[in-house]
Amino acid sequence: MRYIGRRLLHGVLLLVGVSVLSFVFAELAPGDYFSELRADPRVSAEAVAALRAQYGLDRPLPVRYAAWVASVIRGDFGYSLAYNSPVGPLLWGRVRATLLLTGTATFLAWLIALPLGIWNATARGTWGDSVSKVVLSFLLAVPDLLWAIVFLMLAVETGYFPAGGMVSPGPERVEDVAWHLVLPVAVLVLGMLPALVRHVRASMAEAIDSPFALSARAQGIPRRRLLFRHLLPAAANPLISLFGFSLGTLLSASLLVEVVMGWPGLGPLFLEAIMARDFALVLAVVMLSASLLVVGNLLADILLYRMDPRIRMK
Amino acid sequence: MTRRTKIAAALVFLGILHGLAIFAGFLAPYPYAEQHRQFPYAPPTRIHLSRLQFLVHGRLFGARQPGVVFLLGSDAYGRDVFSRLLYGGRVSLLTGLLAAFLSLSLGLALGTAAGFYGGWLDRLLMRGGELVMALPWLYLLLAVRAFLPLHITTVQAFFLLIAIIGGVGWVRPARLIRGVVLSARERGFVLAARGFGASDAYLIRRHILPLTLGVVLTQATVLIPQYILAEVALSFLGLGVGEPVPSWGNMLAEAQQYHALVAHGWMLAPGLAIIPVLLGYLLLADTLMAPAGRAR
Repeated sequence: MRYIGRRLLHGVLLLVGVSVLSFVFAELAPGDYFSELRADPRVSAEAVAALRAQYGLDRPLPVRYAAWVASVIRGDFGYSLAYNSPVGPLLWGRVRATLLLTGTATFLAWLIALPLGIWNATARGTWGDSVSKVVLSFLLAVPDLLWAIVFLMLAVETGYFPAGGMVSPGPERVEDVAWHLVLPVAVLVLGMLPALVRHVRASMAEAIDSPFALSARAQGIPRRRLLFRHLLPAAANPLISLFGFSLGTLLSASLLVEVVMGWPGLGPLFLEAIMARDFALVLAVVMLSASLLVVGNLLADILLYRMDPRIRMK
Repeated sequence: MTRRTKIAAALVFLGILHGLAIFAGFLAPYPYAEQHRQFPYAPPTRIHLSRLQFLVHGRLFGARQPGVVFLLGSDAYGRDVFSRLLYGGRVSLLTGLLAAFLSLSLGLALGTAAGFYGGWLDRLLMRGGELVMALPWLYLLLAVRAFLPLHITTVQAFFLLIAIIGGVGWVRPARLIRGVVLSARERGFVLAARGFGASDAYLIRRHILPLTLGVVLTQATVLIPQYILAEVALSFLGLGVGEPVPSWGNMLAEAQQYHALVAHGWMLAPGLAIIPVLLGYLLLADTLMAPAGRAR
């Protein structure tokens, strides 16, 4: 319990550090939301100054940071100048869409990667393993940006799948969303799969080659039982860490795919916020994804703690 | 294949690919911005050797006037996609190399300092690194880009891109190098040299840095392709190198308009060009890391 508490505190401190750093960095960076206005000859310098005062941009840094923290506690996450509204309500719908996409993709990718990686590790040296190695290496070298564009092209050309977006016009229906989900999920799975399989294969191979596996085999423990009862738990640690990382990137893994395929998730929102120099919105998305990464790592640590007595002893 | 021949093969392959980009000025039949407005979205030209001329105007080949040659078709402005692919490769590959060089230099300096001197410097650098690692990588790149001016010249954008990508990525190499330095510091010959009165600078230069070479090389093979992809992603999103200078990223952005893609499949060329480059680096990285036993 103390271990978990310490990790939690560490995570919170990390997030505070990230937010402070973001504020300082934004302060040092030239320009803000209103600097585009200043270039416009019809808008006077006084008007811009008045606007900045109205939104509190002229206050000193610590005051603005305190105001931001207060607004986070209220659940507003600051005030978006581009949307003229608190950031919080803008985010939640987007977060839901992104999680639907990445959650499905991550689940499927792991569902395929685990058995495939285990099988590859047991079948080392056979032609089946060689083929899958070559195919995976090739997949690893194809950027998911390219998959996204190609799949979009196929969708337009064949008309079997909707070309981007999350819903068809009209009331939202489950099967319609699922239909829109197919292509972006496929792109993400293709992107995640090769790295996952390689990791599963590597850690399983290490367990299989270890002396205890040899002695267990010599004692006549059946193959299947050996594989799943003894070797899999021994190989699990790096995979649990990786799983935590997978969870942590749920909000951020799909940015490019969302932008290309028009999925109304956090990615396009983030990009718009950057183009508009909407600091509060950028910061909120950054903080949200950083928090999730921290939570993912924390979950992995807790899982490791539960699974591996060696860590409990430390 | 032995390890040696694999490495040599990967290096030769990558050398050829980079050579194609470096000698774009010679190999490409047209300058990257030359427009042939009368041929928008022309499909790849069928080659008639009799209509080609070789080694004219300082270029390997070109079409006899008034003909044109588009090996990979042309884009919306009638610019030769093949030429732009070569010139764009220059930008994308160079970004990868320079940004990786920057990351590794930073990582080497900071990692060595942290590992060798330890104490508060080590704690400061490693905590700072954790802050950087707490953010998803692409988000971090975009967020840093967000705070910097959007309207800048192409050359500025190119160097800004290198600075951002390379500057953001120092943490992982620094941590790995720190680990190597930590163990190197306690090696017998280092302690002996210290006992003979060698200075810190001498120890680092003569004994510590050579030991980090392996990590630096493997990290380079991992970082360069990652950074090429980063350039492609940023330019694709309109936050990197902009028109008319081509990069594989902004060329793909053009192809993204799907009316362009469905009818004009050759616009996808820059996306396909990335694949052999990544494969080459992947092979190199896998071979370099194979003795360690782990595939990562």
